[in-house]
Amino acid sequence: MANESRSNSPGSLLFDRPEHSADSPLSVHAMTVAYQRKPVLWDVDFDAPAGSMIAIIGPNGAGKSTFIKACLGLVKRASGIVEFWGSPYRDARLRVGYVPQREAVDWDFPVTVMDVVCMGRYGRAGWLRPISRADRQTASECIDRVGLAGFESRQISQLSGGQQQRVFLARALAQEADLYFMDEPFAGVDAATERAIVRLLHDLRARGTTVICVHHDLQTVETYFDHVVLMNMRIVASGTVSAAFTPENLRRTYGGRLTLLAEASEAVARAERGT
Amino acid sequence: MSPALHEFLSIDLGPILAATFACVSCALLGNFLVLRRVSLMGDAISHAVLPGLVLAFMITGTRDPLPMFIGAAAAGIVTVGLVEAMRRYTRIEPGAAMGVVFSVLFALGVLMLERGAGRQVDLDADCVLNGLLEAMIWFVPDQWSQVLTWDAIASLPRQVWTLAIVAVVVSILVAVFFKELRIVCFDPGLATSLGFPASAVNGVFMVLVACVTVASFEAVGSILVIAMLICPPAAARMLTDRLRSQVLTSVLIAACCAVGGYTLAAFGPGWFGASRSVSASGMIAIVSGVAMASAMLLGPRHGVIARSVRRTRLAITIATEDLLAWVYRMEERARPAQIELAAETIGSSGLTLKLATARATRLGLLISENGNLRLTETGRRNATSLVRTHRLWESYLVERGGYAPDHVHDAAMRLEHAVDPDRHVRLEPPEPSTPLDPHQRPIPPRS
Repeated sequence: MANESRSNSPGSLLFDRPEHSADSPLSVHAMTVAYQRKPVLWDVDFDAPAGSMIAIIGPNGAGKSTFIKACLGLVKRASGIVEFWGSPYRDARLRVGYVPQREAVDWDFPVTVMDVVCMGRYGRAGWLRPISRADRQTASECIDRVGLAGFESRQISQLSGGQQQRVFLARALAQEADLYFMDEPFAGVDAATERAIVRLLHDLRARGTTVICVHHDLQTVETYFDHVVLMNMRIVASGTVSAAFTPENLRRTYGGRLTLLAEASEAVARAERGT
Repeated sequence: MSPALHEFLSIDLGPILAATFACVSCALLGNFLVLRRVSLMGDAISHAVLPGLVLAFMITGTRDPLPMFIGAAAAGIVTVGLVEAMRRYTRIEPGAAMGVVFSVLFALGVLMLERGAGRQVDLDADCVLNGLLEAMIWFVPDQWSQVLTWDAIASLPRQVWTLAIVAVVVSILVAVFFKELRIVCFDPGLATSLGFPASAVNGVFMVLVACVTVASFEAVGSILVIAMLICPPAAARMLTDRLRSQVLTSVLIAACCAVGGYTLAAFGPGWFGASRSVSASGMIAIVSGVAMASAMLLGPRHGVIARSVRRTRLAITIATEDLLAWVYRMEERARPAQIELAAETIGSSGLTLKLATARATRLGLLISENGNLRLTETGRRNATSLVRTHRLWESYLVERGGYAPDHVHDAAMRLEHAVDPDRHVRLEPPEPSTPLDPHQRPIPPRS
């Protein structure tokens, strides 16, 4: 069924498709996502090279967060297939980590730094099984790695923005995943935290972990990342930073040419609503 | 057994047990409603069950508890489903979605009552609001040996048994699924990605809320159900910052409210010479409101008193620093640091400044003689570092920020108190190009 929708999808002849392989941590085939019938991502194809650090960039409303959420099944896909190392997400769950945007949670929630980082172990513990002593040990090491030792029993509202982001990062590390999705890990953090996060991400890459970040700061793309995906409701370009991060591609991503696609989305939504 | 004790067992014990079980169950679940910011779900459900009750009566023709319960629970589940659907498919906020669903369903119930069931159902408004706690009489034997038999205990009012079972089931479920509830309430996105589907967990949880609300509401009335879903968890939230202790505290508060409220309602009027007791449910709800208000005032970190103490302390600390820096500047200009003059230059109120002076003297930073202030050795060290930070900030703002020299003093007065949250040291801007600040005063070297 997914194959069918793929051959019917509008853009299937327009772009060259890379070879999909079972070694790729993430293969996305012809994924389309719509919110209330309004398409926000059109026919996206993407293969993540293993062990790379990938930035997803694009203007607001380009569907960057939606891309991540759709890969993880947090929003419904209208069509397309997503595979992790050649398997569906269900079978690869433990190998995939997720760092949502900091605003996605209520920081007044009555939990401590330790509680939040332990949540990274919940997937391994599974239903009904409590967190073990070994899990707490791992969590405590991860807190150490992000430089928050001594903050374990702090309630999370008593942290600065940068510290909160580090808590999220420690929680992701506690997942011990091979592929991470991070939604704007550098948003609203201080310079010291940004450096600390980059160092950690590069450590992860050195161990062969793949990291996919939604990123906003075009200035740092070349220093922080080795691959880049330019997205504006579809993938405009993707590849190594040196090949894809070009002024021409940036202009095509951020420039006005795509308003046509946005207008078409509106028109599709209107037609489907019958207004 | 004395007659008084026998009276207590037969008239008061049933209501106390029923109220406690109902309050504890509601409070347990309420924690997660309050944290998910859908506290009014209980309100919505307890109104929206009316059409379910009427429909169950119209189908079965009886007012037996079982069909009534099934009808009400079904209506509760429909309410939850409709609210979730409205949230998902429209852009209105959850409060409005609940308001729309429950008012319409309640109105539907009223119409059905009028048309279909006619006068065969007597729905007593009093009963709906206050429940029938007072009617739970236990026909208890008057010999101890007979009280503690299975038959006697089994003859406790039906509602007591129902609510006891509900309380046990809810406690077990919350304990067993605690980890899952915590992650789903805190971070639904991560929960789903880890294999704990948030919308399914929430759906099942809401069905549980519907069942507990319906089971409790028959015995204790809708007002108490709504109060117990919100007040004990909200009060507990003020008292602790850990989810586990919040849940346990809320249970304790709920139980105390139930026992205390019932006692006040049943015996309180007697203490004031009145002969009639007041509504127990009403009194328990009021006690829970009082508990909430006390927690708001007395909470150790979030309480009004604790917060104002913290604010005052901070104001005194800042005023002390300002005072030290002011004395330093006066000594720098070789002018006497008269206490009266301090109030004119330093923005703090007179009382704060007096307290700050007393504090600085007590800490051995200042010496006060004949209305004049003088820095001690330690005081000078502190003041030097403060003035250094202040002047560094002024230079920074002028050199890097492009401010005019006469616009930076007030900003620097605030910035000089800024502390790095990670390292707990005063933030200090980089050294400027000249050793003089924008007002041509020397920047003291690092001590």
